[in-house]
Amino acid sequence: MTEAALKLTRRQFGKAMGTVVVAFSLAPRLAGAQTLKLPGSLANNPMLDAWLRINADGSATIFTGKVELGQGISTALVQIAADELDLPLARVEMISGDTAQTPDEGYTSGSQSIENGGTAIRLACAQARALLVDHAAERLGLSAEALTVSEGVIAAPDGRKLGYGELVAGLDLRREITAKVAPKPLKELTFVGRSMPRRDIPAKVTGGAAYVQDVRLPGMVHGRVVRPPRYGARLDTVDDAAAKAVPGVVAVVRDGSFLGVVTEREEQAVKARDALIRAAKWSGGSELPDPTRLHEELIALPTQSSVVSEKQATVSPAAQTFEATYTRPYMAHASIGPSCAVAQFKDGSLTVWTHSQGVFPLRRDIAKALKLDVGAVRCVHAEGSGCYGHNGADDVALDAALLARAVPERPVRLQWMRDDEFAWEPYGSAMIARAKASLDASGRIVDWDHEVWSHTHSTRPSAPGADNNLLASWYVAEPSKPGPPTNIPQPAGGGDRNAVPLYDFPNQRVVNHLITGMPLRVSALRTLGAYTNVFAIESFMDELAVATEQDPAAFRLAHLSDRRAREVLEVVTRRAAWKAGEKGDGVRGRGIAFAKYKNLATYVAVIAEVEIDRKSARIRVPRAFAAADAGQIINLDGLANQIEGGMIQSTSWTLHEAVRFDRDGVTSRDWSSYPILTTPEAPETFVTLIDHNQEKPLGAGEASQGPMAAAIANAFANATGRRLRDLPFTPERVQVALG
Amino acid sequence: MAISLKVNGLQRSVPAEADTPLLYVLRNDLALNGAKFGCGLSQCGACTVLLDGRAVRSCVTEIGTIGEAEITTIEGLGTVDTPHPLQQAFIDLQAAQCGYCINGMIMTAKDLLDQNPHPTITEVREALAQNLCRCGTHGRIVRAVLRAAQNMGKKT
Repeated sequence: MTEAALKLTRRQFGKAMGTVVVAFSLAPRLAGAQTLKLPGSLANNPMLDAWLRINADGSATIFTGKVELGQGISTALVQIAADELDLPLARVEMISGDTAQTPDEGYTSGSQSIENGGTAIRLACAQARALLVDHAAERLGLSAEALTVSEGVIAAPDGRKLGYGELVAGLDLRREITAKVAPKPLKELTFVGRSMPRRDIPAKVTGGAAYVQDVRLPGMVHGRVVRPPRYGARLDTVDDAAAKAVPGVVAVVRDGSFLGVVTEREEQAVKARDALIRAAKWSGGSELPDPTRLHEELIALPTQSSVVSEKQATVSPAAQTFEATYTRPYMAHASIGPSCAVAQFKDGSLTVWTHSQGVFPLRRDIAKALKLDVGAVRCVHAEGSGCYGHNGADDVALDAALLARAVPERPVRLQWMRDDEFAWEPYGSAMIARAKASLDASGRIVDWDHEVWSHTHSTRPSAPGADNNLLASWYVAEPSKPGPPTNIPQPAGGGDRNAVPLYDFPNQRVVNHLITGMPLRVSALRTLGAYTNVFAIESFMDELAVATEQDPAAFRLAHLSDRRAREVLEVVTRRAAWKAGEKGDGVRGRGIAFAKYKNLATYVAVIAEVEIDRKSARIRVPRAFAAADAGQIINLDGLANQIEGGMIQSTSWTLHEAVRFDRDGVTSRDWSSYPILTTPEAPETFVTLIDHNQEKPLGAGEASQGPMAAAIANAFANATGRRLRDLPFTPERVQVALG
Repeated sequence: MAISLKVNGLQRSVPAEADTPLLYVLRNDLALNGAKFGCGLSQCGACTVLLDGRAVRSCVTEIGTIGEAEITTIEGLGTVDTPHPLQQAFIDLQAAQCGYCINGMIMTAKDLLDQNPHPTITEVREALAQNLCRCGTHGRIVRAVLRAAQNMGKKT
């Protein structure tokens, strides 16, 4: 790195901070709580040494509650820390998601890690650097503004130098964070805003230890579990003789209707599991809805309904009114690697290595399920296969713990089998969205109505009171019940995420219906309700434009005053050379769609191309363009990778994905019964990133999925003149639409 | 019983039954992390290794059937310090998100490039049709294989 040493310009902050720190340190905690709320994740973790340590060799160790899920967060957070601390990337180490070491930042979800976790690290590191500089100034008998800092070395004009390692011995970082030291101005940032190679990728492409699946401990044994044939079934009897006859069996573990096995070798666990499946006798369990009438049955279930947005104005009279209903099925996270955990009981304490998105909430539910003190449970994050929300990660952790309890001292590694994951993970909710709009004689929307029906989108761990959200806790001899279904309130929303349109409609009413029953297990799947609501709103906008013979891009802009929203639409139409009023030719067509994720995060506009094979009734998406505005960009290529990935994953959801079931249970149990997009089907993506580096950084991991779905639907309509309103767009549905 | 296998050029003896899937032996006996358990059904490709140079699914390959055939895993291609051109191209193009499928992508691509050193983009896509990726990294993966082919062509 040849970056010129930076002149210190922050003396005033350092001074101010000194006084404030003393005031905070002396004040009782309650008084501190009455002061201004700290930003981001600092609010719940206000001590500086919770976030970082300066090591004796002058390097830094950053502690974060946010975890790597394959989204590149560990690299982005190191970029932020290295910039604020004036350290090279290689001298910043990151420890993430460990209940014994890191701050509790809840879940790594909702595209909030940069906004909340990144803000916390930025402010903590800025304060630590200022403290180091002040301490150096004192030692050197100079004023802080006389000093320069480069690569962890503070230098005086006379050539004297002090490294962070030498300074840290005399500096106590156990103090409250003030958030009063201003982070660096943009022009002084070296790493943030550029494309930085991900730190985790070299190991992942060379067979390095990178995942919880790769954890190997001395004396480790292997586990497998046997799940009931359907939700809620009870284990009547199991003759475990055949399982116990499998060589290497250490223990067959039964606790009520929880059943599992521990063996010396992994393949033995698979064989013993098969033997237990054959021997187990189950009864009862719940009946599932009729899959051929799924959405009718769901809409008839009890709901908690609320108006989430209402606007009224006097406008010109309605000339035309339109109405349409859109649906999506239950969708699976379908991680490539089934969920896995390693658990060990030792001296009354439990340690679990897990790819949970929230080690602290997981710890609370594990402790409840095992009747342990929370302090006796440690959860340590290790990466898993991409999860895209709440998959089996947390459940397998309790499963492993239940097995480990039966073989004290020995670490138990448990990876679910493929059918465990498909049949038992919590799915993304099936949903219904009904849109209605009136236009005046000039073709402007004067009234907008949107109603959405959905199950909850979060049944993550840390259920209230004695409830428990971990799967096995409902089946053990003393079972818990799951926590009550809840909806994440607006403005983020759950089922109603992105249900409130960003357009300027003079009259509008948005109603959320939370379906309180849960015939299939559901929880958070990437974007929650936003994928459905954006699909519905953006399909409907397209339908209105087409019905009134207006260009869909111009029609959107005519109803949109948000400057940044207009910009992504304008950029994508230029990039894709969109022609006003362009028409498809029966086989090929293009469609446009837009959203600001959660109405709070990244703006994305998409133009997708489709090709329809009329014989097979298959839709292909050869190319798609996107323009994205994520505010200040931390890692340019990392952001592009997230937007591209979202577009391609959404193509898979939109064309292929639906959890299959019959009245007896889930029948999607492998990749042939839950097909996803293959490489030849993946669209080529062209992403334009708009860097508004004066704006705050916005979450981007879930921003492109909704617009991509609607762009595909709109492209199909552009090509054929027919509408697809029910996801996914399978050949059967395409056939019906084409007539 | 013990079975002898040749893995990445070394003769290894493993204490496993003949019907044991190769995947478990590689991961648990030989501590090789590269091949991943994805489905155990030969559907997803995360467990792909080379057997005498051809891509096979180690989750359904019983060790008793391997005999003298040479097994190559991703660890046998290259290391972080001296990566194979395929591994280097995946790093250069940041062709991974979670990375769980990447072992299979690289090993299948290795087989492809050995058979067809200058594939077209369509040939690369088709070769990877039975390897599932869930993060939506397909575009980068295909470009990385094409980049590797290009770089390997330059060297010969």
